Amino acid sequence: MRIPVKAVVAAATLLSSAPAFAGWEPAKPVEIVVAAGAGGASDQMARMMQAAIQKNNLMKQPVVVSLKGGASGAEALMYMKSSDGDPNKVLIAYSLIYMLPLSAKIPFNWRELTPVSVIALDQFVLWDNSAGPKTVKEFVAAAKAASSPFKMGGTGSKREDHVLTVFLEQKTGAKFSYLPYKSGGEAATQLVGNHTESNVNNPSENLEVWRAGQVRPLCVFDKERISYTSKVTETQSWADIPTCKEEGIDVQYLMLRAMFLPGKVTPEQQAFYVDLFHKVTQTAEYKDYMEKQALKPIFLTGKDMVQFLEEDDATNKSLMTEAGFVAK
Amino acid sequence: MEAFGLLLHGFAVLLTWKTLVLMMVGLVLGIFVGVLPGLGGPNGVAILLPLTFTMDPTSAIVMLSCIYWGALFGGAITSILFNIPGEAWSVATTFDGYPMAQQGRAAEALTAAFTSSFIGSLVAVLLITFLAPMISSFALKFGPPEFFAVYLLTFCSFVGLGREAKHKTIISMSLGLLLAGVGMDTVSGQLRMTFGSAELLRGINFLVAVIGLFGISEILLTMEERLALRGHAASISLRVVLSVWKDLPKYWVTLLRSSFIGCWLGITPGGAIAASFMGYNLAKRFAKDPESFGKGRIEGVFAPETAAHASGTSALLPMLALGIPGSGTAAILLGGLMVWGLNPGPLLFVEHKDFVWGLIASMYLGNVVGLVLVLTTVPIFASILRVPFAAVAPMIVVSCAIGAYAIQNAMFDIWLMLGFGVVGYVFKKIGIPLAPFTLALVLGNRAEDAFRLSMIGAGGDLKVFWSNGLVGSITTLAIVLLFWPVIDRVLAGLKGARCRQTA
Repeated sequence: MRIPVKAVVAAATLLSSAPAFAGWEPAKPVEIVVAAGAGGASDQMARMMQAAIQKNNLMKQPVVVSLKGGASGAEALMYMKSSDGDPNKVLIAYSLIYMLPLSAKIPFNWRELTPVSVIALDQFVLWDNSAGPKTVKEFVAAAKAASSPFKMGGTGSKREDHVLTVFLEQKTGAKFSYLPYKSGGEAATQLVGNHTESNVNNPSENLEVWRAGQVRPLCVFDKERISYTSKVTETQSWADIPTCKEEGIDVQYLMLRAMFLPGKVTPEQQAFYVDLFHKVTQTAEYKDYMEKQALKPIFLTGKDMVQFLEEDDATNKSLMTEAGFVAK
Repeated sequence: MEAFGLLLHGFAVLLTWKTLVLMMVGLVLGIFVGVLPGLGGPNGVAILLPLTFTMDPTSAIVMLSCIYWGALFGGAITSILFNIPGEAWSVATTFDGYPMAQQGRAAEALTAAFTSSFIGSLVAVLLITFLAPMISSFALKFGPPEFFAVYLLTFCSFVGLGREAKHKTIISMSLGLLLAGVGMDTVSGQLRMTFGSAELLRGINFLVAVIGLFGISEILLTMEERLALRGHAASISLRVVLSVWKDLPKYWVTLLRSSFIGCWLGITPGGAIAASFMGYNLAKRFAKDPESFGKGRIEGVFAPETAAHASGTSALLPMLALGIPGSGTAAILLGGLMVWGLNPGPLLFVEHKDFVWGLIASMYLGNVVGLVLVLTTVPIFASILRVPFAAVAPMIVVSCAIGAYAIQNAMFDIWLMLGFGVVGYVFKKIGIPLAPFTLALVLGNRAEDAFRLSMIGAGGDLKVFWSNGLVGSITTLAIVLLFWPVIDRVLAGLKGARCRQTA
């Protein structure tokens, strides 16, 4: 395997006429660690950043994406934990950093890693098959009237999708049987094939099947509507989806997308990546991606980020406790 | 014939010197990564993916899909020469391919493998070309019960049609199922059998186990026996190729059956792995002398390779149309598509016609060019067997270790691989078949998840496995195959009775 790796590195180094940096910069290829499987939202985002960094020559060294989705993402967390002091690995994290230690007792604490930046917030939308009920009210009524509980597809067990399902049950009084699939993509196809009645996928996971007219967005789990107003389907834009609160279901959840380095890296190394990801958020690739996948733009680093993480951790913990998902 | 016109357009886009050169480069790189055990398709494609970032999308697709073809072709080489399968679907190729190599018929086995790969892929590409829209709607019919039925069918066909002692097959399969349960359980979100170890969180990687079970244990056995690979007499002329081709028409039933199985399981998202095992088992079942399988029969190479490549190719269809990768390598290709802003989904065929048909056209071309390329290298690869065992063995062990390490960048996996080497050695000594073990390890988890999701959805009612024609017929077929030896005897008994009556 030595030759292809060298070839790639050589090719990539030749192609990037990198800008001059003061201070530390990576001397080895940088690995973006994805805590999910291929094709999921994290993977897509990592590929976008890989392309944005290489096309805009933001760094001399090449970027590789490594998928560590084993054990529902716990593999990636343990990998980061065991890489103390290695400045060539960046984790693209989401709510699993709070939830997995609670539900599966994974010995992991995000405070042991080095925070770099929060780069986006992801939405959750309630979707049903386009042949199903047309509004939230009709959907809830149908779910209550059904002889066997409506099937709700989601990714993983005792995680964000599952939590949302439990709260949906609490607020509406309808019963759902939650089916944990391996990925959001699978949950999307299963909804299209009518094997489930609904899912709570992120916008990016259902985008293509929505555009094909196979699923219908019912409401978004946020305080306000999504801001993007350009048409996604023939008639609708992201902003046309009502919030669940407007429709009488007061459930809100936003999920962070944040970058972390392993623990025990130097402040210079941390500063390099803060700067790198700040530059990434300025690229056309990033902006285009945010709009296409209906992500909420945000950029937090330093103290702001830590404060955000602490608050977010507390929120997730109380949701998990209330849903009864914390392992004893 | 809209499809035909679009396909011709695709060819027109591809037929330039530049793309042909890229194609060759991609194929050579692909064969190279395919030959290294463990590195295999997925890792190889992942390593080479960034190479294509600076190219225009069409060139990039051609290059990537040729790496994919190259890796598929290359995987057969190690299976046959060293008994080390590179990808999950190469496992069945070792059953007869390796014995053939030991008998000095390595060139013949390699030619058979490459040729049947070509035929399998070709059938699948034809299917994709003309039936793409219909097939993607078929794939949507698969919910948890249907998936479980397919896995059940695979397991049952192993028990019912296998020639090994039934109890040994079941012991081996149960051990595989047990080990498949290690790690995170998706349905409950809990860890199982990890005993607090962070290394076991990931679960037991199938390829690590396979490299140990087949590769390392083989080295141990050879060392014990006589320190020599039995391939010295390998005849290595291109005449072998022609003689294999001349016999090809004799095996048309096997080729057709395997292509059909391959395509059918390939378009079932995630079903591709089962295909080669089923292709092999059915060929054995319908053969006049099933006992000769596993001892170096050329049909035993044709059957799994055709099925594996028909499924590997048709697995690209659910990936393109539904965004669900059917294999590890397809999953990396999926990541590649996203880099160019091509989001797989139902609209890809409508909105990016150029891309889709360029890709399909490159499947045809890549396949033909690939076949020529690998066939000309048969003598080179077959001659590896002439190198003394004492020189080759350490290299094999090292490359196995590199492969096992590279899968997840984990040192622990190398120890695991060595452990499985010893397990494989013991199994071979006491006559427990390895194939059911590996099958259970790779499909056990999926089968379990599918079963439990079906049960959650149906409120625990087993009737869900007969709830519609599709799932009902697959489940029934599975049960028939499981009890086939009994049914066979009863049928034979009835026939005998009737003969006696009429006589």
